[in-house]
Amino acid sequence: MRRVAITGAGAICALGRNTTEFAESLREGRGGIGQIESTGVASLRFQNGAEVRNYSHQPYFEDRRADFMDRFAQFAVIAAREAVEDAGVAWTPELRETSAIITGSCVGGQSTEDVGFVELYQKGHNRVHPLTIPKTMANAGASHISMEFGITGPAFTISTACSSAAHAIGQAFQMVATGTSDLAITGGSEAPFSLGILKAWEAMRVVSPETCRPFSKDRRGMILGEGAAMFVLEPLDAARARGARIHAELVGFGMSADACHITQPSIDGAARAMRAALKSARLAPEQIGYINAHGTATLANDLTETAAIRQVFGAHADRLAISSTKSMHGHALGAAAALECLAAVIALRDGVLPPTANYTVPDPDCDLDVIPNVARRQQVEYALSNSFAFGGLNAVLVLKVA
Amino acid sequence: MSEDLIQRVTKVIAASKRIPLETVTIDSEFVQLGIDSMDAVEILFALEGEFDISIPDDEVRSVRNVRDMCAGVERLVTAKSADAPAGQ
Repeated sequence: MRRVAITGAGAICALGRNTTEFAESLREGRGGIGQIESTGVASLRFQNGAEVRNYSHQPYFEDRRADFMDRFAQFAVIAAREAVEDAGVAWTPELRETSAIITGSCVGGQSTEDVGFVELYQKGHNRVHPLTIPKTMANAGASHISMEFGITGPAFTISTACSSAAHAIGQAFQMVATGTSDLAITGGSEAPFSLGILKAWEAMRVVSPETCRPFSKDRRGMILGEGAAMFVLEPLDAARARGARIHAELVGFGMSADACHITQPSIDGAARAMRAALKSARLAPEQIGYINAHGTATLANDLTETAAIRQVFGAHADRLAISSTKSMHGHALGAAAALECLAAVIALRDGVLPPTANYTVPDPDCDLDVIPNVARRQQVEYALSNSFAFGGLNAVLVLKVA
Repeated sequence: MSEDLIQRVTKVIAASKRIPLETVTIDSEFVQLGIDSMDAVEILFALEGEFDISIPDDEVRSVRNVRDMCAGVERLVTAKSADAPAGQ
């Protein structure tokens, strides 16, 4: 098995159009949550989301190319471009043939599908646009990344709801570690702000009517977000040999299924994924310094995750620093784990742990050190990034300071 | 609380959870009926249709039994008829 380095990172989300802006927002505890602008929200019980404000394809894509891409696929390519440039990848024909692209997405281009169905069902037109299928498919992000860079190796998309990007990054990690690929572009992208999708979330009664307050007693649910984060993974030795900047090392990946309930989280399932991740990284619980929590700010997630962390870490749980950056970039579904992995990478790289924003009232059922509201200058050696999806499919990544 | 309203609410609960109507009474606790949070969300959705009301999230947070659910529905139905123009 080869050690795996993260040599490139890219992001676009409510916190900024690149990783530098993303890192600044996290460090300042500045959220990107506000009134939803992509679609009318007058008929919704919630009004707020974490959108990429004033987004237009124009600085990024020519009009004709953008015609073929749903917003989620555009985000995927924008983040991948930054990651590849950041890594300083020197493409060769061989590298293009063996590089992998593994992306995560939960709803894919359902916003495009929503537009098509409005034409059909509401406007009474007897047809939908011919690009509805290629724009809607969840693998469109991976496909457009492959076309962007001429990458002809293994490429696919993983869809495991809110864990999608963690499973994708974990898969890419394993492919680079085992020698299947010498380079991987991996992460997740999502753009769920269309009325049909928002109505479906409203019906589940898990979205906050105000903001996102993870682990706070007065939390009222999640806030939906959008965006993408992508990474370039390479074997550590090869990255060192070519003098690449190494943001962090990916050292472990654990998965589990709750086998319990289609929406309710499970303490044991979450704990099993964290234990599997530690085992994969050959680490003792006491070696972990920071956890980027799943931390959705629903009543159920935050107390379940707290109990799971206590089960795995025992007395060390009280010495761990934990935060939910969803409080700032929202819950970006299939992109969530990629944005959160990036937040953990930046925490290790810069020695600054991001806060849990909007925290007001301590909850006795969530009694961990959640870094309330203000970032903390603290260098840790190892960090976890937790993802626990609807459907009970869990994925946990382990990162090490470079 | 009217008997008619209680009957309609219990019928919605039984149909939604797919349990015999006679198992659902005004004194039933959700936990006795095996109603979890996702079941409850589905029942609320069905009640909105049955009574033509919109049930706010905050109304339902503490509801754990049939009696509270009936009381909540009654409150919303009354508020709706008070809002409606006279004579309709």
